[in-house]
Amino acid sequence: MIGSELVFYILSAFILVTGGLAVTTRKIFRSAIWLLFCLTGIAGLYFWLGMLFIAAVQIVVYVGGIVVLIIFSIFLTQQSGKDLPPPVRSRAILSVLAVCIGFVLTCIILNQYSHFHSQAPYSGKREFDMSISAIGSQMLSTTEHGYALPFEVISILLLAALIACIVLAIRSKPEEK
Amino acid sequence: MIPLNYILFLSTALFFIGMYGLFTRRNMITMLMSVELILNSVNINFIAFNKYLYPEKLEGLFFSLFIIAIAAAEAAVAIAIIINLYRNIRSIDVEAADDMKF
Amino acid sequence: MISRNYLSTALIPGLPFLGFVILGLFGRKYIKRFSGGTAAILVFLSTAMALLTAWDYFSGVGPTDTNSHPIDVGDITWLPLGSNLSVHMNFLLDSLSLMMIVVVTVISLMVHLFSIGYMKGEARNPAYYAFLGLFTFSMLGLVMSSDLLQMYIFWELVGCSSYLLIGFYYDRPTAVAAAKKAFIVTRFADLGLLIGILILCYQARTGEYHKPTLDIRELVYVLTHTTPSGLFLGFPLISWGLLLVFMGGAGKSALFPLHIWLPDAMEGPTPVSALIHAATMVVAGVFLVARLYPLYAEATDVSRIIEYAGAISALLAAIIACTQTDIKRVLAYSTMSQIGYMMFALGTAPDTNWQGYTAALFHLFTHAFFKALLFLCAGVIIHFVHSNEMKDMGGMRKMLPLAHVCFLVACLAIAGIPPFAGFFSKEEILLAAWNSSKLIYAIALFTSGLTAFYMFRLYFSIFWNKPATGHRHKLPFVMSRPLIILALGTVFVGFIPFSRLMVYAQYPDADPHESIGLNAIPPVLIALLGIAIAARLYYKENDRPAKWAQSIRGVYTLAYRKFYIDELYLFVTKKIIFNLMGRPAAWIDRHIVDGFMNGLAIATARISATIKGIQSGKVQDYAWFFFIGIAGLAVLFIYIVT
Repeated sequence: MIGSELVFYILSAFILVTGGLAVTTRKIFRSAIWLLFCLTGIAGLYFWLGMLFIAAVQIVVYVGGIVVLIIFSIFLTQQSGKDLPPPVRSRAILSVLAVCIGFVLTCIILNQYSHFHSQAPYSGKREFDMSISAIGSQMLSTTEHGYALPFEVISILLLAALIACIVLAIRSKPEEK
Repeated sequence: MIPLNYILFLSTALFFIGMYGLFTRRNMITMLMSVELILNSVNINFIAFNKYLYPEKLEGLFFSLFIIAIAAAEAAVAIAIIINLYRNIRSIDVEAADDMKF
Repeated sequence: MISRNYLSTALIPGLPFLGFVILGLFGRKYIKRFSGGTAAILVFLSTAMALLTAWDYFSGVGPTDTNSHPIDVGDITWLPLGSNLSVHMNFLLDSLSLMMIVVVTVISLMVHLFSIGYMKGEARNPAYYAFLGLFTFSMLGLVMSSDLLQMYIFWELVGCSSYLLIGFYYDRPTAVAAAKKAFIVTRFADLGLLIGILILCYQARTGEYHKPTLDIRELVYVLTHTTPSGLFLGFPLISWGLLLVFMGGAGKSALFPLHIWLPDAMEGPTPVSALIHAATMVVAGVFLVARLYPLYAEATDVSRIIEYAGAISALLAAIIACTQTDIKRVLAYSTMSQIGYMMFALGTAPDTNWQGYTAALFHLFTHAFFKALLFLCAGVIIHFVHSNEMKDMGGMRKMLPLAHVCFLVACLAIAGIPPFAGFFSKEEILLAAWNSSKLIYAIALFTSGLTAFYMFRLYFSIFWNKPATGHRHKLPFVMSRPLIILALGTVFVGFIPFSRLMVYAQYPDADPHESIGLNAIPPVLIALLGIAIAARLYYKENDRPAKWAQSIRGVYTLAYRKFYIDELYLFVTKKIIFNLMGRPAAWIDRHIVDGFMNGLAIATARISATIKGIQSGKVQDYAWFFFIGIAGLAVLFIYIVT
């Protein structure tokens, strides 16, 4: 077993375990921290795959932004030390059942595409350019395979989300209270 | 060499873990966290396909980029809604927000 | 002879119908006080046209002149029922229908004129004249129909308009009850009529003709020229058909035992009684039997039944009329009695060669005149005394001299005293009865004596019994002229050569005419005897009537209580029909039919209550359903479809 395979196994185990803990733990703050670890593990997976840019974006946006946001909201809405109520028993069992069935189904379908088995990551045959400048120029280009339009749309979306959050979360005027 | 299969297996497992969390958790914020797990599993899928099947192109990368951006916006709006709802019903238990029923 | 496009005869029923529509739609708001005049003008035009058409038709008639044959007006196939049978809407003008048209229009015109004065100031006059127009239209349509089903339609219309007219004073519960009773009894009889029509129509299929038909002339021709087959309970099917048709006619004509509605129908306004229950509607049954006369001539058993039904009705009504104290009731029973005469004259069909036919129709014609006259005079009297009871009247000959004279003329006519019209028609009927069955003749003779007695009892009680009082009331023009015209009719109509006009035109080989001669004497003697007895009892006020009534107390009570027939019907209806049929039917309706519907609703509500849990409002439940749906669809599409 070569080193990269070992790294992969460790990373995937880390991701799955922390993910599982994130959805099952009773304390909410711990759940947020497990989520943080899980996302960091995924960033590690991106690093292992060689997609450096995405890994960096994952850490900056997801870990540094979203998880922090979630932690803030936990603080704003309740005591973080209080325990979460346990899940409804019937629903937990049914969910486990449904999830297992779904998982098995998906794996069966995946196994039908057997030519994936022998795929390996790039071994140098084809040329690819993953530098930041290449990504940047493709993102802003307007020719074929250019992503200028989605880029602009995303920026408008972020503006809209910004305004929406302010409007939704704004407190009503003091004299109306 | 790690076959593509294994990575897809990982992302599927993460997806269904997120789904379990979505069904089971009673807290709205933890439900949001499960949704983030699901989105991440999709991200893994895109990146893996990009790396293994189309290494000379960057489509998968861009897709994942945009998914991350949208997930961030969505999480922000969701938090705003949750806070608004918390102000109204003083609880973030999802079972408490059942006014829109029969 | 003026030859004319006979399509204009459609105006004869059309004008009263127009009156109905105009007065019905616009009467209350726009015409108001002129509604009587409007209706009268339209009916006058209709009468003029009818008289012209009748003159046209009959003036070419002679014993061997077959110039006047039946005329078909219009040819509208209204309802084609398959390839074999279709219902037509034509008008048939032959001697019978023209005679009836003349009667109906003339009497209707007299009633319209009289009503202008009698119903003056009545708030609902437009409705009244509209209903009169509707009635006139229906009656004219009935007698002009060429098709049995068309006649049935107009039959029902007549029943409907008579309901409207009897119940005209709808705020009186007795009037409402009387209208309902009339409608229900005649409707029940019409069931027999419909079944009879269907049987006859079906019977035309047998034999060589092979085609069912509803046209009257065709039907009569086919059924008299082929031998229809089919038995039901031992009697030929065609006899059943004719019997049921007669039952329908018996209902409308108030024959025993379906006569119970006629006395109560006097709740309507008096001119209505004159029109409907004296001259027109109640003779619809006679008309119906006369239309199918050749068929009845061949069905001996049914004709026997008709004979006896008519005779019993005549006798029964006469006995009851002797004890009644309400003027209009007496006149109603007298109508019933006279119709009984007409019916048993028609029932002598198998034994006489068209004699019964002409006798009955002649009596119909004359009866229309003097009965309408009687009712209108009664209307005048009631108008001035404001009461219907005989004991409130008496000695009125100075107050109402015109009414007095007209009433006397009519009473003489109905008693059969020559030379008034009733004498001739009654003689012909008695002649037909003599030729048919001596028993019937005896009953008829006795009844004519009773007729004279009770009519003159009425006459003397109104105009003589007490000392003549009061000053002379002058009748308005519109009320006196109809009385005069009808009185003139009563006097002179008897001289029309009826049999020649009615029969020879159509059936040249018939021979109804026999000279009356000495056969006339017994009836006249009996009538004079009746008049004398009535005079002795009622000319001056005395206690002889009371003593007589005491001496035959049982019979008197029986007659006074109308032989308890109404009570019998009520008993049957309440105890038997309501309990045995009405209550179970109502129970089924309430519990089973309604219960089923309610059960459906309740089941739907319960299912809905159960299912509504799906919309729980919880996000996770919705996520659940999402997932199940997607998983299901995935399995479906991946494994099952491909």
